[in-house]
Amino acid sequence: MVLLPGCSGGGGGGSAPASSPDSSSSTPSTNTGNPAPNVLAISVEPGPANIVNLVFAAVTVCPPGNGSDCQTIDHVLIDTGSTGLRVMSSVLSPVLSLPQQTDANGNPIVACAQFADGFSWGPVKVADVRIAGEQAAQLPIQVIGDPAFSSIPKNCSSTGPSKNTVQTFGANGVLGVGAFRQDCGSACVQSSNAGVYYACPSSGCQPVVRSSAEQLQNPVSMFAGNNNGVIIELPAVPSAGAARVDGSLIFGIGTQANNGLGTASVFSLNPSTGTFTTLYKNRTFGSSFIDSGSNALFFQDAGIPVCSSVTTLGFYCPASTQSLSATIQGTNGTNTSVNFTVANANSLLANNPGFTAFSNLAAPSSLVRGFDWGLPFFFGRNVFVAIEGAITPGGPGPYVAF
Amino acid sequence: MVPKPWSMNIGLMMLFVPFSASAALGGGVASVQADQIQMNGTLRTAAVGKYTEYEIQVPSGTVVREYVSSAGVVFAVAWEGPSLPDLRQVLGTYFEQYVEAAKTQGGGAGPRVIRQPGLVVHAGGHMRAFSGRAYIPQMLPQGVSPDEIQ
Repeated sequence: MVLLPGCSGGGGGGSAPASSPDSSSSTPSTNTGNPAPNVLAISVEPGPANIVNLVFAAVTVCPPGNGSDCQTIDHVLIDTGSTGLRVMSSVLSPVLSLPQQTDANGNPIVACAQFADGFSWGPVKVADVRIAGEQAAQLPIQVIGDPAFSSIPKNCSSTGPSKNTVQTFGANGVLGVGAFRQDCGSACVQSSNAGVYYACPSSGCQPVVRSSAEQLQNPVSMFAGNNNGVIIELPAVPSAGAARVDGSLIFGIGTQANNGLGTASVFSLNPSTGTFTTLYKNRTFGSSFIDSGSNALFFQDAGIPVCSSVTTLGFYCPASTQSLSATIQGTNGTNTSVNFTVANANSLLANNPGFTAFSNLAAPSSLVRGFDWGLPFFFGRNVFVAIEGAITPGGPGPYVAF
Repeated sequence: MVPKPWSMNIGLMMLFVPFSASAALGGGVASVQADQIQMNGTLRTAAVGKYTEYEIQVPSGTVVREYVSSAGVVFAVAWEGPSLPDLRQVLGTYFEQYVEAAKTQGGGAGPRVIRQPGLVVHAGGHMRAFSGRAYIPQMLPQGVSPDEIQ
């Protein structure tokens, strides 16, 4: 297994296990065993790049208005830290024909998606997307690494390392189900300076503005119902970790019998950044966030030793497991204490090299003011993410609740 | 942070600034203004005693801070904002080192920390809220902690 940031070998040999196109399906695809149409089976398992603590699901992509020539794509990363559906070009069947989004002059629109650890470049296409029993029609999505758009503008490549292949991305795609309705939002409506969207005539790509509707959308916000947010439900994981963890991504908050808030508390988010405050060891981390797409708890603590082994470089390696606590506080003032543990990453991996899920994996953060509550936070909790402006029984989004 | 008086900016303007100067980390003070020009930003400065901190606000709203020692060397840079700045410009020759180091760490799933003898890079956040910093450990002025770089 690769602990990320991890060894250079990358683990999993062979190509990504892409599914073949489903040419005869006339009914919406659902995942086997799902009891309700708003429930998507998710699992923490090795994935195509053999990285720990990544949670995956399958989504089905169809040409708009065409329910016959669909393709189900597995090992799509479930990510509350980003917005929009993105799939790697290399896993798409050549017979899946998705319309290219263009500007008013017919020039193709290509996006430079920015992540914490790099950028992903590829065209914006339009699809009908089916997830569990829900559907988002005419959804702008990104196809990453499309060979038809191999020339990457310097504005984009200058943002960091590239993540344009299954191996560098770590998945066959990503389903961004964060608290925002579009990936860029007003910044890209008002200005092309964010460097996210480009029009690419043959003379070369130029940054452009895009309206809200033209940007990549949060697929959940485009469902006919159950569209005000999501719940990630993952069971607890033993201290030694687990080989595999199965859970659910549930659509809607308080819209069905299976998605009520229950006893969860609501923590409002900064409406511009999607962040809240974490108080840890008498320090304030004012730009904190909960992110299912981060594969550890990332926070700065100079008192915890960092691993020196090549395979676990970048993670924390305390001499013995640390029992720690922090306070999470929403912009609405609601706060709660969160207990968590940090184990020695070397020991975790050495004791169970085939395990995929660890609740006690942590790493130093790049962010002075950011405490990144990654996937370990989700084990043993129901975590709600409410979409900005959406009405829920817990008040309007954006918020997280648990 | 109090912006420096206007006279400081005039002083910078009188320096010869090669238009295509690569910048800024490891470079001289002139590379700071080269960054400002290339990124189409505005510039403010503040002296903190042990070093001078320059703040460039780029049109996207992202802020880039460049830290210059009394010897006139950019020993650290930091960024914060809704989208990533031109890190190739800001890290200069260290950009390739950062990208190569990131590749050897394998596929991504969260913030990155690159820690090498001559370069430390922290890069993290998400769309609408990125931040990061990079510094050359050997060039940190006496008594300056990396925690001051943000």
